[in-house]
Amino acid sequence: MADQSTNSTQAAEAEQGYWQANLRIIIVSLIIWAVASFGFGILLRPLLAGISVGGTDLGFWFAQQGSILVFLALIFFYAWRMNKLDREFGVDEE
Amino acid sequence: MEQYTLNLLFVGATFALYIGIAIWARAGSTSEFYAASRGVHPVTNGMATAADWMSAASFISMAGLIAFGGYGASSFLMGWTGGYVLLALLLAPYLRKFGKFTVPEFIGDRFYSPTARMVAVVCLIVASVTYVIGQMTGVGVAFSRFLEVSNTVGLLIGAGVVFMYAVLGGMKGITYTQVAQYCVLITAYTIPAIFISLQLTGNPIPGLGLFGDHVSGEPLLARLDQVVTDLGFAAYTTQDGTPSSVINMTLFTFSLMIGTAGLPHVIIRFFTVPKVSDARWSAGWALVFIALLYLTAPAVGAMARLNLVDTIYPNGTNEQPIEYEARPDWIKNWEVTGLLKFEDKNGDGKIQWYNDKSDTFAATAEERGWSGSELTVNRDILVLANPEIANLPGWVIALVAAGGLAAALSTAAGLLLAISGAVSHDLIKGQINPQISEKGELLAARISMAVAIVVATYLGLNPPGFAAQTVALAFGLAAASIFPALMMGIFSKRINNKGAVAGMLAGLLFTLIYIFLHKGWLFIPGTNSFPDTISGSLLGIQSTAIGSIGAVINFAVAYFVSNATEDTPQEIKDLVESVRIPRGAGAAQDH
Repeated sequence: MADQSTNSTQAAEAEQGYWQANLRIIIVSLIIWAVASFGFGILLRPLLAGISVGGTDLGFWFAQQGSILVFLALIFFYAWRMNKLDREFGVDEE
Repeated sequence: MEQYTLNLLFVGATFALYIGIAIWARAGSTSEFYAASRGVHPVTNGMATAADWMSAASFISMAGLIAFGGYGASSFLMGWTGGYVLLALLLAPYLRKFGKFTVPEFIGDRFYSPTARMVAVVCLIVASVTYVIGQMTGVGVAFSRFLEVSNTVGLLIGAGVVFMYAVLGGMKGITYTQVAQYCVLITAYTIPAIFISLQLTGNPIPGLGLFGDHVSGEPLLARLDQVVTDLGFAAYTTQDGTPSSVINMTLFTFSLMIGTAGLPHVIIRFFTVPKVSDARWSAGWALVFIALLYLTAPAVGAMARLNLVDTIYPNGTNEQPIEYEARPDWIKNWEVTGLLKFEDKNGDGKIQWYNDKSDTFAATAEERGWSGSELTVNRDILVLANPEIANLPGWVIALVAAGGLAAALSTAAGLLLAISGAVSHDLIKGQINPQISEKGELLAARISMAVAIVVATYLGLNPPGFAAQTVALAFGLAAASIFPALMMGIFSKRINNKGAVAGMLAGLLFTLIYIFLHKGWLFIPGTNSFPDTISGSLLGIQSTAIGSIGAVINFAVAYFVSNATEDTPQEIKDLVESVRIPRGAGAAQDH
């Protein structure tokens, strides 16, 4: 795609497509982020009450450890996915 | 070797290391002083960010908050880590691409408004100064407990060391000392935790031990729930899980998250990496290094609480507690500091420790002849007392002392850099004297750093009475003013100068007034109009959680004002376009 960037309208369209793809990844990631912490850790905890983990329920685990592990996975996923996307759209740093 | 000598040796050795790094990593240009020439490896920056972020509060106080707050204290764990997701996805890569030196500079350029820049400078300085006071008092406390010097002498030594590496090295010196400080603090935090986990659960990994079985055979958390409810306390794993507190817990967690993402001293760390893709990776590495402590902290909290109950009730919670004369040495050591107190209310020579505020437990207590809980424990001592509780050798205690100091000093240095950058770059170069030379600005940066250290030391020595209350203020300000402005600046082309300024001021004033209404005007006791509790508060929301509402107000006001006024100029739309595309970040380095 990089060789097409000589054409400015095409480049603008590519940048538009890149940004839309980025926004989709961000939205999906943030939904997972919210469900793991505010959801499983706090508001949806009663739903997980039946699943027991080490003397308590899954909601407690999400609130004290699980959410942090999900956050970690999300950031590394995002970094990997975006670096790939940068190359696909030819907007990566040389 | 005597404990005092060991402490002196460990603290002295780490301080010598920090000064050595300072001399090695001197800064020669403003780019080195503000951003370490953007040459820091993403993993190195991740480690430095972890030390920058984890303050005396994370190292010393958090496990204690969890020990006595149980499930309800999960907000700290989720809030102080979840912010990194927002930072990695919404802010860090774009601000790195923008390629300037300070957070107010981005706000000023993007909203083409010196007013917006100055509002950001004020928020940055208020948030960072309130934060730095806590670090400086932490340094004084650690010194006086472990090195038997007065608070003042301890604080002056600590300030002197920060002065050396921060004034000489700027961001460059701070980065490499923070890496060393991270290594010291994480070792100091994990070693006692590993031993305690082994003693209680047989599992060497504290985070796994927390959800494992206690040596008695039953799950650790089930046992903890049992013994604390036996004494009239709320069950550990469900504490503060009632519906009204659940809403507050959600809002409080959200405030901590967006506050974390909006704190300038954390954001500027991501200006030091070479590329946009490095900024993304680096946020992940920062959270890896933070998680090493944050996954251990809930285990330390639960195990410390259980250890404390078992120490006081060696024969079980339905039997008589321990005789005061038979108390272990670590209790004696901490009694000296006044942070742990015993008062024999019923005169039987035994230490009754229970929840004397519980109505349901009152009958049981009366039946047993107890007349009030006789032990008060300052929750901040748990981490520091851990090695003694677990009977660990003297060098572990010395290591914990060095670790506490590393946590406080690394955060203080990061905050001071953010303050001095705002003064020399945004105020002096941006407003007062734009023609200042590179050399002149570097000198100005060093002088503002020195002044900031002197002010912070003074405030650390004479902490204003409200120091403890102001953490809510720092997070509230960052959440309600800085985070929304940065996010709108990147994700919207339509938000204009008027919208941004109106939004920031609305979010800021709403949050500030709400906090003052509940904690007193300028934190003066007795001037509050509403009690600072969930049920008594104006909107049913505690003042610590109000930053999230302030942020929503900021977004809404900025949106409506921008749509009612003229569109942003073309060059601003181009600026936003360029910030969104990684290509060309190298060129932007030439400042």
